[in-house]
Amino acid sequence: MKDKRIIIYGILAVALFCSPFFLNHYWVDVLNSVGLYAILGLSLNLIVGHAGLFNLGHAAFYAVGAYTAAILNTTFHIPILWLLPACGLTAGLFAVVIARPIIHLRGDYLCIVTIGIGEIVRIALINDVFGITGGANGIFGIARPELFGFKIRKPQEFFYLIWFFVAVTVFFFNRLEQSRFGRALNYLRDDEVAAEGSGINTAHYKLAAFVLGAVWAGMVGNIFAAKMTIISPESFSFWESVLMFTLIILGGSGSIPGVLLGAFLVAGLPEVFRGFAGARMLLFGGAMVAMMIFRTQGILPPRARTFPIDAVAEEAR
Amino acid sequence: MSLLSLKNLTKTFGGLKAVDDVSFDVNEGSVMGLIGPNGAGKTTVFNLITGNYKPDSGQVIFDGKSIEGLLTHRIVSMGIGRTFQTIRLFKNLSVLENVLAGCHCRMKSGALSSMFHTPGQKKEEKAAIEQSLKELEFVGLRQEAAQLSTSLSYGNQRLLEIARALATQPRLLILDEPAGGMNEQETEDLMELIRKMQERGLTILLIEHDMKLVMQACEELVVIEYGRKIAEGVPAEIKENPRVIEAYLGTEEGE
Repeated sequence: MKDKRIIIYGILAVALFCSPFFLNHYWVDVLNSVGLYAILGLSLNLIVGHAGLFNLGHAAFYAVGAYTAAILNTTFHIPILWLLPACGLTAGLFAVVIARPIIHLRGDYLCIVTIGIGEIVRIALINDVFGITGGANGIFGIARPELFGFKIRKPQEFFYLIWFFVAVTVFFFNRLEQSRFGRALNYLRDDEVAAEGSGINTAHYKLAAFVLGAVWAGMVGNIFAAKMTIISPESFSFWESVLMFTLIILGGSGSIPGVLLGAFLVAGLPEVFRGFAGARMLLFGGAMVAMMIFRTQGILPPRARTFPIDAVAEEAR
Repeated sequence: MSLLSLKNLTKTFGGLKAVDDVSFDVNEGSVMGLIGPNGAGKTTVFNLITGNYKPDSGQVIFDGKSIEGLLTHRIVSMGIGRTFQTIRLFKNLSVLENVLAGCHCRMKSGALSSMFHTPGQKKEEKAAIEQSLKELEFVGLRQEAAQLSTSLSYGNQRLLEIARALATQPRLLILDEPAGGMNEQETEDLMELIRKMQERGLTILLIEHDMKLVMQACEELVVIEYGRKIAEGVPAEIKENPRVIEAYLGTEEGE
């Protein structure tokens, strides 16, 4: 059963890897935005899916990362990919500062506050806060990324950069899920009082989930800025946060394959439905409603962790 | 030697004095029962010990250190484990994962060492699984390790909570109505388990309504009513204490 799943995922990965050779620029670009949403979704999944904290302002961290990259690149001409750690750091620090006072809020209260934060960041960017964000026009002239002297410009080239980042994210987050850290997030999601009573520092882990998710979103912001070469506040609207949230719920909250599928559905399906012109969002909305009625846990819900029970018991003997 | 002492503990909720000037000691290695009619404030006393509530006044001294006002997870890592009156398991997770939650506070690896699978992290994971299986074996749920926690019977869910508390490696174990919802046979087994835990060197403080269990398993009892301690002593004494009989059976009006 497990082998079969690995084979399926392997075939899909190979097909995806080869797809730029068969698709035109337009569809490769669609896959690129699917990839960006996939990483954003995976980072938000730590917060929403694993720790059970409703965050509807994830675009704020994405924006902080993107603007960090844009500002540092355009003013100091630092190669943009070098700025990845800096983008993660600023988004992470921002998350520490804003999440600390609100992290004890529950469910819908936290949700409302995070919506507020997303909006505050967006409006601050429009108002050209500190005179460095370029106001409503945003920042343009961001340099293309360069890797070992090779300049990345075509969608096909970006495809490999973005999906390499997806692969790295999946690799690390999968390990994280299977660890003490990942379990701690699940404990506090299932029952906060019992988690605290079992010796888990729930406040610490809530904050850690938020910060780690934000760090990752900040790094996606960097790649987004490099891909677009121009960023403006409208790219980080409330709607972006909603899409990231939706793709998790749709695909399967707390499940990596689920989130990847969700990214394809949310970022890819509207393009597929483009033929239906004005009705495409209606179709999309209808599909969402049907999902919520017939499969509330998402299309690919998370699987139970497996532990080497017998192997460990054997060794102990 | 007393492992835990409560000194003049008081807690009010609005106008209600839930716990009123309660003091008692729990000796190291003993099994002590906290009994009283419904609503007497027993669970509130537990919550004051484990840091779920902060006392208005008074002290909780564990192992010579004052612990009132500390966060619950700190108190757990100092060596006080607990179970809950209403079962609080992690419902979406397996039996083994529930026990692993208890191991958490004795482990160290963080997000980074997990991402990079450092040798220390792998070793620690394996040791935690091993210890969890041992605790499951101890309470008799080894075979159910891979099942979903909610698939267990009510009595077994209570045992799983005990296993999770044991995995925190406590010195004092606080059991809030451990026999609640158990049938006669399960209660018998629970008494045996309590004896085995005492043999392991654990000190146990429990709330229970099952008088047979209380009288047999506990060496000492504290009785509270309306938040106040009304009696303390060995079970045989408590049974004869007129104050206690009155609290449980009530007095006839107008006499």
